[in-house]
This record gives sequence, C-alpha cells and structure tokens, in this order.
Amino acid sequence: MVPLAVKVDNLVKRYPTAVAVDGISFSVARGVTAALLGGNGAGKTTTLSILLGLLLPTSGKVEVLGADMLRHRYRVLSRMNFSSPFVDLPHRLTVRQNLLIYARLYGLPERRERIENLSRDLQITEFLERPAGKLSAGQKTRVALAKALLNEPELLLLDEPTASLDPDTGDWVRRYLEEWRARTGATILMASHNMSEVERLCSEVLMMKEGRIVDRGSPRALIHRYGRTNLEEVFLHIAREPRIELEAVK
Amino acid sequence: MSRKLRFSAGRVWAMLLRYLYLLRSSWPRTLELLYWPTLQMLIWGFMSQFLYSNSSYVFRAFGVLLAAVMLWDVLFRGQLGLSMSFLEEMWARNLGHLFVTPLRPYEWVVSLLSMSMIRVLLGIVPAALLAIPLYHYSIFSMGLPLLAFFAVLLIMGWALGLAICGLILRQGMGAEGLAWTVVFTLSPISAVYYPVSTLPGWLQHAAWALPSTYVFEGMRVVLFTGVFRADYLVTALVLDIFYIGLGAAVFFVAFHNARRRGALLQMGE
Repeated sequence: MVPLAVKVDNLVKRYPTAVAVDGISFSVARGVTAALLGGNGAGKTTTLSILLGLLLPTSGKVEVLGADMLRHRYRVLSRMNFSSPFVDLPHRLTVRQNLLIYARLYGLPERRERIENLSRDLQITEFLERPAGKLSAGQKTRVALAKALLNEPELLLLDEPTASLDPDTGDWVRRYLEEWRARTGATILMASHNMSEVERLCSEVLMMKEGRIVDRGSPRALIHRYGRTNLEEVFLHIAREPRIELEAVK
Repeated sequence: MSRKLRFSAGRVWAMLLRYLYLLRSSWPRTLELLYWPTLQMLIWGFMSQFLYSNSSYVFRAFGVLLAAVMLWDVLFRGQLGLSMSFLEEMWARNLGHLFVTPLRPYEWVVSLLSMSMIRVLLGIVPAALLAIPLYHYSIFSMGLPLLAFFAVLLIMGWALGLAICGLILRQGMGAEGLAWTVVFTLSPISAVYYPVSTLPGWLQHAAWALPSTYVFEGMRVVLFTGVFRADYLVTALVLDIFYIGLGAAVFFVAFHNARRRGALLQMGE
C-alpha cells in the first residue's frame, strides 16, 4: 500500500451564502507533486486552507501525514509548511528577522546556520538585512520559499507559487522546486492556474470546478482523455463545459 | 495527546522577539510610548502644583492626581499594548503564516501579554522617574501597594484588550477603533480622579464592579491615611480573575470562529 501524505474524504465547506467545497475526496501519495487545478472560486484555496488547519470544514475527514487534521493538527504542523505570494511576511522586519522568528516557531536547532544555507541556495543572502516589504515580487517569492523550507517539510503546500513572477524568475522557482523535491523526497501539493507549470512539475492533477473534483489523473492522461494537445486546453474544456459537474474518477 | 496543553516558552519568545524587532525598527513608535505618559504627567503635575496652593483637599496629599494619572495609564497602556501587538499581525496579514506553524493560540496570547507589560513599563517608568526631580514626588513612595495596584490594573487592561481583540477577530478591521476608545468609557466610573461617592447612586454599583475602582479608592486611602486596604485588593483581584477569564473566553471563541469562517487567511487591511 502506497503511504499517503494527504487523504481527504467527503470534505465539505459550506458558508451561509455559498458552498466552497462540495464533498470532495482525494489522496496524494508521499513523494509526489500534485496540483489542484481550477478556475477562480473552484475551491482550491479553501481546500489548501483546510489542509493547513487554518479553516475548519463543515464536514468530512482530512488526514495529513497520517494525522487527523481536525483533532491532532499539532502532531504534524511542524512537518509541513506553506507558501503563497498572496500572504506576505511582515514588511517592517528584515528578511533575516522574519526567518529567525519562523525558525524559532518551528523549534529548529542551528537556526543561523540553516538560514545561511537556505539563503545561499535560494540566492537571497544579499538582501537578508533588507525589510521584507522592500523586496521585488521575485525576491519576495524566494524569501517566502525560504520560510516554507526552513523546517524541511515533508509536505509543502503552495498556493500559486509563481503568480506575478516574470518568466525567468518563474522558471527559476519551478526548477528549484523540482530539484528540492527530488533531493528530499517530500510531497508537494499546489494550487495553480499556470498550466505549463503543472504539466512540468506535477505527476497528479485534480481538476476542480464549483467546489467539486470533476476529473483527475496525470497531465498526460488528462490531455489524452480529452483529446487535446496540452493541459490548458483541457482546463478550458472543463471550465466551459457545463455538463462536467460530477466527480469523474474516484 | 495533541489536545494536551503543550506550552513552549521558545515559541512565546519567538513572538515576543517579533514585537521587539518591530519596536526597535521604528524610533517614532518607541518615542510615542514615552510621549503620552510623560505629557500627561507634566500636565497633571502642574495642575497639582496649582491646586496644592488653592485646595485643602489636595494639600493633604499632593501626589493624588499624579498617582491617579500614572496608574490610569497602566490600565490604558496595558490594554493598548496588547491590542497594538495584536493589530500588528492584522495589519501585516500575518495570521495565515503564524497559525500554520506549531504556535498555539494561547502561546500567542502569552506573548501579547508579555509585550503589553514591556510597553507599559517603557511608557510609565520614565514618566514616574521624571516626576521626582520635577515635582519632588515619587509614586514609588507608595511602596508595595503600588505593585498591587499595578498588577490589578495591568490584568484588567489585559482582560479588556483580549475582549477587544476578540471583537476585532469577529468583526474585522472595521472594529479596530475599539482598541483606542473602549477603555475611556470606563474612566468616568472608575473614580480615577474623584471618590466613587461623587457618582450618582445607581452608577456606584457599576463602579464597584470594576477592579480599577478599588485601585483608585485604595490609592487615595494610602495617600491620605497611609493605610493599605487589603480587602479592596482581594476584591479587585477576584474581579480581575473573572474579567480575564471572560476576556480570554471572548478571544478564544472568536479565534475558533475565525477558523470556521476562514478569516485567519483573509484578516487584514
């Protein structure tokens, strides 16, 4: 049996005026890179937030690294991490201060050495003493990644990891993530709109629409199933096809 | 097992460090901590000097107004210090980062309380020291009762601060003004500058339900007669325990609801 990093069973998140996640079930094996793919309001970020323990679901079960996230999330929070370009680190603290604080929050030993090593890897050494608010988008993304990798997570959740980056920086981040995952054997689950990124990085894709998973498979399998030439065409087909509503593959 | 309280002083220190870095990063903010207590002390010090030569009531205890001003600031700064550190996280939209770490909400609260105490001491102590050469008045001459008054007012400030932070978590940043305003509604009924007997009868009942009233009444007794009313202190501490419990309950319920509503990731300006 394949060990699972994430196991979600019949997850529902209902708000007073909308259903954000509507009974989804999926699992992600350890050591793979998977993506939640879907348009705005598909439920990707809601799902990630529940996996992180930031949001309580209305019903359903969520297991992360073998622990029930609704009851025992503190067992695994130190083994996972998260990065999003939409959630900045505190602007007035320097990059080094931010990283030191998060290293302490994770209870890490040899904090300074770890920060130095990560800074070298992610090429952020030159602006370690700069306030986080004075960085460019590309620099912020690399710093956010450094924060997310501080605790050497077994599961890394990424929300649009290369949003608002120029192609060169985006490519650099994707290459770094590929190498990091190959080196550490960690699991990555990302929410993304970037189809080429997902095709390049992910071996498993969960297509979401209106809070449901409408299809899933490897990028190649999805492209083949829909008779398209790339994942973007698959995405557009699913987004514009009103009949695709229910979960296709369990 | 995970439901057991696993307090980590290391994580509390990490959060405290965050607020200290913030304080250090902006000298105007640090200066502001000193500015208002010192200004208040100067105004009320001169007022006391004026009254000293024109009123037999104040003649009996020159420091009564100055002590009241400084002790009131303990309550105000205690509440504001907690709320400001909390608001720093809101302004930075940082809750989404903090609560995917092993940081427990109660550890965060302990760091907020600790930072509040640091801010109070940074604001009040220099003003109190400055009063010694300026007016030949030392609030420290009250001795141990001063420590008791300080503790009661600080805890009451924390209780109020936690409740306000809970309301901000519930209502969003539109409610941030509460952090600067709510405490002043308690000022008239806390009998800060006048005896509680000055208040109308029905309002006196409300006044005696506040720990701060016992402090200011007790302070006047100490300054006028030299007697420390231990019964006032005990009642104030009992009320403090009740209010800090209430404030913590409001905060933690609001925090839980914020997780239910998904507000931890969205909360901010």
